[in-house]
Amino acid sequence: MSLLKIKNLHATVAGHEILKGIDLTINAGEVHSIMGPNGSGKSTLAQVLSRRATYEVTAGEVLFKGKDLVAMKPEEAACEGVFLAFQYPVEIPGIGNAYFLRSALNAMRKYRGEDEVDAMDFLPMYREKLKLLEMDEKLMSRSVNEGFSGGEKKRNEILQMAVLEPKLAILDETDSGLDIDALRIVAKGVNAMRSPERAMLVVTHYQRLLNYIATDFVHVLVDGRIVRSGGPELALELEEKGYGWIEAEARQTAPASV
Amino acid sequence: MITATENLEKYLESFTAFAKRSSGHGRPWLRKLRDDAFARFCETGFPTTHDEDWRFTSVSAIARTAFSFGQPAARLSNSDLKPWRVEGAAAQLVFVDGEFVRGLSIFGTLPAGIAVSSLKEEIEKRTPSLEAHLGRYLNTQRDAFCALNTAFAEDGAFVHFGRGLSLDAPIHLLFVSTAADAPRMIHPRNLLIFEQESEATVIEDYVSLGGGTVLCNSATELIAGPSSTIAHYMVERESLDAFNISTLRMQQERSANVASHSLLLGGGLVRNNVHPVLGGEGGECLINGIFVGDDHQHLDNYMHVEHASPHCSSRQFYNGILDGHAHGVFHGRIVVHKDAQKTDAKQTNRNLLLSDDAQIDTKPQLEIYADDVKCTHGATIGQIEENALFYLRSRGIDEISARKFLLQAFASECLERMKPGVARTHAEHLIHEHLLSIANHFSAPRPSPATGPRQRA
Repeated sequence: MSLLKIKNLHATVAGHEILKGIDLTINAGEVHSIMGPNGSGKSTLAQVLSRRATYEVTAGEVLFKGKDLVAMKPEEAACEGVFLAFQYPVEIPGIGNAYFLRSALNAMRKYRGEDEVDAMDFLPMYREKLKLLEMDEKLMSRSVNEGFSGGEKKRNEILQMAVLEPKLAILDETDSGLDIDALRIVAKGVNAMRSPERAMLVVTHYQRLLNYIATDFVHVLVDGRIVRSGGPELALELEEKGYGWIEAEARQTAPASV
Repeated sequence: MITATENLEKYLESFTAFAKRSSGHGRPWLRKLRDDAFARFCETGFPTTHDEDWRFTSVSAIARTAFSFGQPAARLSNSDLKPWRVEGAAAQLVFVDGEFVRGLSIFGTLPAGIAVSSLKEEIEKRTPSLEAHLGRYLNTQRDAFCALNTAFAEDGAFVHFGRGLSLDAPIHLLFVSTAADAPRMIHPRNLLIFEQESEATVIEDYVSLGGGTVLCNSATELIAGPSSTIAHYMVERESLDAFNISTLRMQQERSANVASHSLLLGGGLVRNNVHPVLGGEGGECLINGIFVGDDHQHLDNYMHVEHASPHCSSRQFYNGILDGHAHGVFHGRIVVHKDAQKTDAKQTNRNLLLSDDAQIDTKPQLEIYADDVKCTHGATIGQIEENALFYLRSRGIDEISARKFLLQAFASECLERMKPGVARTHAEHLIHEHLLSIANHFSAPRPSPATGPRQRA
């Protein structure tokens, strides 16, 4: 059974159709990349999969581990193993990073019927992941993402992912706004997470990230549809030629919009 | 005033009966204090919303109600009080329906020089500090409720810390109001005197046993001597039937450092007056508060910070959380007198509105008569941010817990300004319990716009 199976997915935001029929199958152990021009629906797909209510699924089906993902609330999807690394991580003043992450971990453990982790057991694990992402321990007690630099926020996302160990990690433009050093660190964190049980969906505008995270499949999203799929070489082609040609091609072959 | 005369005869009757049997009636200074205050109350009557200080709060429900004074107090047992005891307090004074109950109070062993008792007992003992302080600070001319309280001033807490004495543990003053046959009014009067270099924490805690219409009109005069460090907590958690008007008048002498923390969680109609006067150089005053309203609660915070000496600083931080049809008010008045140069006054009021029907009125009012001062003010009104809520939920935290997290985060700004210790732990516990019940309201889905409106004044 595939980990994620998306069939003819349509989604709207505020009445506008953004996703116009997505088909995508992801198996455990695979890394898929979604590329596409601005406004093609990349982030919408990421948000729909993490069940943000702002995005309404109007048709199609998404099965995650064989279960109906569309019927799930965000917290249920998360507990089932879907993780979204946000394009713009949210600052939450007044809630400490470590406390927040332990609460998240315990919510998931509770969902799975496992014992909660106390602070004594949590901190060593947390410290280890901080080291992996080359983050300052002082960040532990600071409020979630508050006053973090862009790079620190992105690293914090990957750190959360490393602690929560999802089945499907969705990285939404994790590379955007990162300098090359930060990108290298983030990629190191992501690569450390690769495993035969885990799949990744890397959403990116640029091919650059894929130099650091080896991808198995590349899908090009244009105007809410996947117009082309291929291997890593497709990403290189896009980098070289831009999105113009593929958009033009898509316009010719796409059915007239309704 | 139409509103005042409605029940004026009733007040007159209550006052006449009270005056005759009251402690200290034979002492001319005290008698004059009460008589003058009552006369002033008769003159002014209750304020109306035409009065600028009461623009957002109508007390017509109070004016209309025929409250009676001096009905017998309920007899409570120790087990009745159990839910409200504060563990780790140095002393706990218990007042039931305005009357001090020695049998239910806990005194512990206090160092010599620290007196904790009831005002009535001190009046009867003719304690000299009473005449010097009682009624000296409170403004009965301007405020009808202060006048009314002074007219009926007899029982309440008396706390006196001698020079250089300090206690880490708080003094807990518990005021329990119970239902009576007819609407009851009580006028607790507290006198808290802290001499030079003393350090103390006092918690005034107002609770209800059962519902019933009660007007609790308290007034506290707090004298912070030179270089004293004082923390005062006001906790309002009465039933939704209760009217609670409280006035905290703080007199700060040279280099005194005073923190006032208010937690308004209960009460139907609540007016929280905080009035510090920085009367000596180098004084510091922190006015910190959180008000959490739900249902049809009306929670009004009236701050009147008076800088009367140079080189003093004041900080006001009030956070409001309003749900249901609750109405919150924050009125932050700062008065800088002519000689109070180098005043540094800051005021911030932040509000979260959780429902479409909740309302907040926030109003800064700066009156500056000195020319070398720093005064700032700001207010924000927002909603729980959908972004933050989704972020928490995307990490596996359920919606109710996520809302509680965000409410707690908002409240924690206020909690963090309290010095760690017994009083803060008490406050944290109360806030957390209360916010959990508010967060639980959110089981039903409700639309929330992606970006909350934010206003800056």
